[in-house]
Amino acid sequence: MSNKTYNADLSRRHFFSKAAAAAGMAVAPGVFLRQVHARPADQAATSEQRWGILIDTNKCAKGCDSCVTACMDENGWGRADASEDKSSPHQKAQWIRKVTIKDKQSGHVQSLPLMCQHCENPPCVDVCPTGASMKRADGIVLVDKHICIGCRYCMMACPYKARSFVHEDLEDQKVVAPRGKGTVESCTMCVHRVDKDGTPACVEACNADNHNAMYFGDLKDPNSEISRQLKEYGGEELRADLGLNTGVRYQGL
Amino acid sequence: MAGLIALPFTVQAGDAPTPEIPKAKEKATEEYGCVAPTDYMRKNHMSDLMHKRDDTLREGIRTQKFSLAECINCHVTPDEDGQFASFGEDEHFCSSCHNYASVSVDCFSCHRDTPEETDYQHTFNTGNNPHHGKIALKGKKLSVETLQVLTEGDQQ
Repeated sequence: MSNKTYNADLSRRHFFSKAAAAAGMAVAPGVFLRQVHARPADQAATSEQRWGILIDTNKCAKGCDSCVTACMDENGWGRADASEDKSSPHQKAQWIRKVTIKDKQSGHVQSLPLMCQHCENPPCVDVCPTGASMKRADGIVLVDKHICIGCRYCMMACPYKARSFVHEDLEDQKVVAPRGKGTVESCTMCVHRVDKDGTPACVEACNADNHNAMYFGDLKDPNSEISRQLKEYGGEELRADLGLNTGVRYQGL
Repeated sequence: MAGLIALPFTVQAGDAPTPEIPKAKEKATEEYGCVAPTDYMRKNHMSDLMHKRDDTLREGIRTQKFSLAECINCHVTPDEDGQFASFGEDEHFCSSCHNYASVSVDCFSCHRDTPEETDYQHTFNTGNNPHHGKIALKGKKLSVETLQVLTEGDQQ
């Protein structure tokens, strides 16, 4: 291989589809595939990636809640959790919600999903007294429930109301999303899927419904679909004035 | 008075029924059954789980060795009716011993205490090395066919 070169006709897509099978291996001495492969299970997430979601509000259908129900089923909250039955609706967990906004002047109505914005400078992490609220190297903001004491400072600090507190004993949690009484929780960007080179459940559901309003990808990879979209069409932060540099961006607001 | 002091020592170790520890579903390794020798696991499972939990949550290291979900998948087995015991019941692998020793654990206030897939099969020893002191990708070799396709596939 070292004295050969790839034929110029080799289509990029064809190459990457095969390269993906290599899952992080060196194709040949000195030739490494970067950012197109799953990270091996025994390696830590690094800051070479920053995961983000881009939401096109013009494509987001009013009345559609596929992303919300997909998140419930994936992570076992809301309708997927029969054991959280004593909490009132405003107490119950809400990892992602659909928000409808209306421009009073024009009457233009928009619908968009709102969840943890996975800030680069997350206020929830700043205020956490135990270090439970944390940001992973690849930009995903999580709660380490092992050391969360349930003080809920992070819930107050979050400008997006993205976090919930579990008020009662739960049963039959999902294996991929442990959750329990006395701890705070929020969108994990389906970190268990991301670690296996997957896509968050909300994005997958949106695409499955042919709305294609959500893009998931690596913000640091200039060739990822999300980066190309952002470069070409831009993407706004919610409450950009706070300077949080969110990982979730919106188009068409 | 002497009798009162002696009382605790007159209780024989054999008075309490020894726990019946349910058998694991299958052997993770041929050598010693579990992912580590039984003596080691009995003594150290808590620190291994503690270490693993931080690696997994904070760094995204998702190896199967010492993963709580994998422990549950193999060790929590159904009864004749196909029902799984919950943590707290003596039939549950963890609580069979923890009840006996009166040691409470917090794991299952958040973590699921039964397997999610009931027809679970182990995937140990298929190249997913534990991360401790192992070279990345060691043992994770590409098949000859894949390598061939990758290196020579589209060349003329």
